[in-house]
Amino acid sequence: MKPPIEVNSLTRRFGSFVAVDNISFAVERGEIFGFLGANGAGKTTAIRMLCGLLAPSAGRAYVAGYDVKKQADQVKRHIGYMSQRFSLYQDLTVRENIHFYGGIYGLSPKALQAKTTQMLEELDLESSSHTLIRDLPLGWKQKLAFSVAILHDPQIVFLDEPTGGVDPITRRQFWDLIYEAAHRGVTVFVTTHYMDEAEYCDRVSIMVDGRIEALDTPAALKKAYGAGSMDEVFVQLARPAGKTAK
Amino acid sequence: MNPAIQISGLSKHYGELQALQSVDLSIAPGELFGLIGPDGAGKTSLIRILATLLLPTEGTASVLGKDVVKHYRFIRRNMGYMPGRFSLYYDLSVEENISLFATIFGTTLQENYELVREIYSQIEPFKDRKAGALSGGMKQKLALSCALIHRPKVLFLDEPTTGVDAVSRREFWGMLQNLKAHGITILVSTPYMDEAGLCDRIALIQKGNILAVDSPGGIVSQFERPLYAVRAADKYHLLKSLRSYPYAHSAFSFGDSIHYTDQRGAFAPESLLTYLEGQGVKDAQIEPIQAGVEDCFMALMQRHETSH
Repeated sequence: MKPPIEVNSLTRRFGSFVAVDNISFAVERGEIFGFLGANGAGKTTAIRMLCGLLAPSAGRAYVAGYDVKKQADQVKRHIGYMSQRFSLYQDLTVRENIHFYGGIYGLSPKALQAKTTQMLEELDLESSSHTLIRDLPLGWKQKLAFSVAILHDPQIVFLDEPTGGVDPITRRQFWDLIYEAAHRGVTVFVTTHYMDEAEYCDRVSIMVDGRIEALDTPAALKKAYGAGSMDEVFVQLARPAGKTAK
Repeated sequence: MNPAIQISGLSKHYGELQALQSVDLSIAPGELFGLIGPDGAGKTSLIRILATLLLPTEGTASVLGKDVVKHYRFIRRNMGYMPGRFSLYYDLSVEENISLFATIFGTTLQENYELVREIYSQIEPFKDRKAGALSGGMKQKLALSCALIHRPKVLFLDEPTTGVDAVSRREFWGMLQNLKAHGITILVSTPYMDEAGLCDRIALIQKGNILAVDSPGGIVSQFERPLYAVRAADKYHLLKSLRSYPYAHSAFSFGDSIHYTDQRGAFAPESLLTYLEGQGVKDAQIEPIQAGVEDCFMALMQRHETSH
């Protein structure tokens, strides 16, 4: 079986600018993979290619077993995605949001019904199923947003800065969800600006100027760079890139 | 010395939502003061009231000795303000943005070049580029230059580092230290707890309430329980096991370890290690550590929530 993510020499150019420069890596099933890099390093471009939203200029990538270039629609159908903060509709109720996303992912009415019941029960939201999202406490919103992102049981979920601006307790509760999902075998691909969260990942890659400069477990990276924390590793690697003004 | 910023019983309500609840705060001239809290804590409401852009529901606030409601004209001339989303004109060039802000305040870039030089010189090579085409870090530098162009006595920065990578964040704080050396009073808000240590004093804010005000050292010295770092290879298993320990008071992930407090306060770590071994965590290590600002924030948050 193919790994959930397999990337070979993936490249994306915009005119003469090379945003993603020949990157290769693979992510295993159930792995929490941290995708780090400075602003402008090429992370967003790479993620957009992996999600089938942007065609590569060169190279290959398979996500959930599908070619991101030739089978972009299949890729989109077989991944989960949660962007910075929430992708939920504030003016819809909990139940309406679940149904809306269930419809988008093409769940049958029967499957959707079963899934809704199960999700409300797991999240302990049964009594709040008719509450508008905007009236839910932050922690619950996040749990629901994450659950909705994996509503269709994807093998892999992309989380793009899911915890930005969130209070420290809710941030950790969110990571509990990530751990639980990974434990069930869901592959998690996550970006963050919190370097302590980089330590929670099984492996971490660091992008600098379109390339992957380092890729390993947090412990191995700290050892290799003689650093006490991932923050130090990140600064050592990304500092030169910060100097070359764009 | 009179405070540069004085806030008394300040509240702001939006309909039913209480964004600020009777906030008191005093900031001395020349202080680098951090407002630390997550989204929705009330940081932006507080800064917008001080920047004379929002009226308080109750209470009073003064900046440079002048009331924010009555003397807004004076304050606007003497403050610099960088809102969360950059206040730049994206279809104007870097140089045009600077000139525009300078002209509005009746000054020129040349007149105040010395104050902004360190920051502006980094973007000057791109002065003909449209502001919208700059990278995030460069936009931040341009926005800060624009906020400083009239030599303000007080500077309000609303989440200048949100969404900015760890390297650019460090650089930005370096710039603030240098501005402080010019005697400018700086009030800066941030959701990143690790930036708290770079301020002279900080206020921890959550749901419209100030949880604590002190120097970063003062805040962490108030942490009430002995704190331990526990490590093991399987962090998820360790976390679950720690939480199931009958004497556990709190267990939170912190980078490569889990920060643990015990209901008994100080205790013999061997008893916990024996318990963890019984749970299948054979490689656990435990050591006493100093609490950080984030530990304190979480402890205060929990105490505040249980007391309400």
